[in-house]
Amino acid sequence: MKRRTLRNTLILVAALIVAAAAAMMIGAERIDISHLSEIDKTILFDIRIPRVLLAASVGASLAVAGAGLQSLLRNPLAEPYLLGVSNGAALGTLIAFVFFGAFEFTRPLFAFAGAAAATVVVYRMARGRAGMNVERLVLSGVIVTTFLSSVIVMLTSVLDAARLRSYTFWLLGDLSQASLGGVYLSAGAAIAGTAVMASQARALNLMMVGESDAFDFGVEVGRVRMLVFGAASVVVGASVAASGSVGYVGLIVPHLVRMAFGSDNRQVVPLSALAGAIFVVAADTLARTLIAPRELPVGAITALAGAPLFIYLLRRS
Amino acid sequence: MLEARDISISYGSREVLRGVSFAVRDGSVTALLGPNGAGKSTLMRALNGTFGASAAKFTGEVLFGGERIDGLSRREIASRIAVVAQENETRFPVTVIEFVLAGRFVHGNAFGWETTADIEAAKRSLADCDLAGFDERLMNELSGGERQRVVLARAMATNARLLLLDEPTANLDLAHQRLMFRLVRQRCDTCGGAAVVITHDLDLAAAYSDSILLLDGGKLTAAGHPEEVLTAENVARVFGVEVSISHDEASGRVRVANVY
Repeated sequence: MKRRTLRNTLILVAALIVAAAAAMMIGAERIDISHLSEIDKTILFDIRIPRVLLAASVGASLAVAGAGLQSLLRNPLAEPYLLGVSNGAALGTLIAFVFFGAFEFTRPLFAFAGAAAATVVVYRMARGRAGMNVERLVLSGVIVTTFLSSVIVMLTSVLDAARLRSYTFWLLGDLSQASLGGVYLSAGAAIAGTAVMASQARALNLMMVGESDAFDFGVEVGRVRMLVFGAASVVVGASVAASGSVGYVGLIVPHLVRMAFGSDNRQVVPLSALAGAIFVVAADTLARTLIAPRELPVGAITALAGAPLFIYLLRRS
Repeated sequence: MLEARDISISYGSREVLRGVSFAVRDGSVTALLGPNGAGKSTLMRALNGTFGASAAKFTGEVLFGGERIDGLSRREIASRIAVVAQENETRFPVTVIEFVLAGRFVHGNAFGWETTADIEAAKRSLADCDLAGFDERLMNELSGGERQRVVLARAMATNARLLLLDEPTANLDLAHQRLMFRLVRQRCDTCGGAAVVITHDLDLAAAYSDSILLLDGGKLTAAGHPEEVLTAENVARVFGVEVSISHDEASGRVRVANVY
């Protein structure tokens, strides 16, 4: 198992490198690496590379959050976007944007707080006297998402037209504003979040089977829950602050990884991070090339792929 | 090994257990009997330290080897006590070997990968439970009885000295019921372990246990050697059913047969 995990990790690392390199070459302006003009250099280093790195970080973050939440909540449909965690982060970012616009560092902080608050609220709502089931969790996620959306809509009405357009685009998932600071922050969060989630992978294997079983066999259930919720909130907060709500990544990616490699979280967690990175890098490349020189929001592409899968999973569960 | 002192548990105003006290000796199998809703599963969970943190009102104390169980961490408790709970299903495709290896959780750190010793222990208990060759089968593709044996194998794969089993034979055919009790008996006889078993099969309880706890309405109404507890009067009083009690000459044990 250990060896298999290492091998699969290396394969996906190689795939990620290839995908990232390709994404840096492809775009509205095709770049030929053998003779770089000054303009090419500017495009490559100031725009493409930060953007691809951000896409990779965001993808890894969302996928790893999905993988962790699914095992923790024993629910294949748990996903930051569907559970309202992304919208919590989006509202946090918007509040920072509207009220503390001058201080850009407040955005990830507020995004994290929003994500954490939404997580706790959805979890509390979903957990009734009779325990938690799939439908209840999804329903709680929908309710919180809808509620947060209406608050977001109300708040956006105070924005002027230009800011409104950029905010709306961002809300759907937009990687075009990639700055180096944002890249550092979300890459750091993605790596730290994956590490925390991986450290809990074996405990998550037990949680996935049943919370009381896990408890019986020695898992400190409360501690694991806090670590996973905390890690998920940090990574989702960082990626939403940088790129808006890119939906369904946390649903699609861990699911495909489980189908291909099995359910052991010691494998699912790191491989989801890598596969998530590849997926969003690819989706973003499509987003900026399909109708070039204009752009689609990357969230629209991921949702286009994710919604059918969600329906399939819901019918099967 | 284990001592329960004056345990009372209530959910709101509803009392589930009232002043239950008993002790489990090393090497013994204790059967916990009683009608539905008598508080058997609740008592079982209390022995495992579950009520330290829950909303239910809990008084009394549980001692394991003289130590109060609520002073131990989950990991410490799990390395002493293994549980076979009533089954629950997972929505993820988990293989049998992955499931059984959960029993080895306390032997590694959370980062950890299993050692060969862990895998051997898991395979041995699968073989003991008549599940050799099932390693890579998926849990949700097994029959109810097979799944129940995997759950038992997981508990057997631990090194825990005390086994707590909640209706471990509910889905098992006759041969596997007997296998289950034999495995538990063997573990208690050979490695100084002990077991507490909830069951509705009075005859199996009579055949395999050293002592019996009879629980009714949250109270311990009889406890002791099977011969003392499994009397026609006790069974009629607690279960409201007529049974005939006989003695098996060969084993010297009580037999319980329903009178229809």
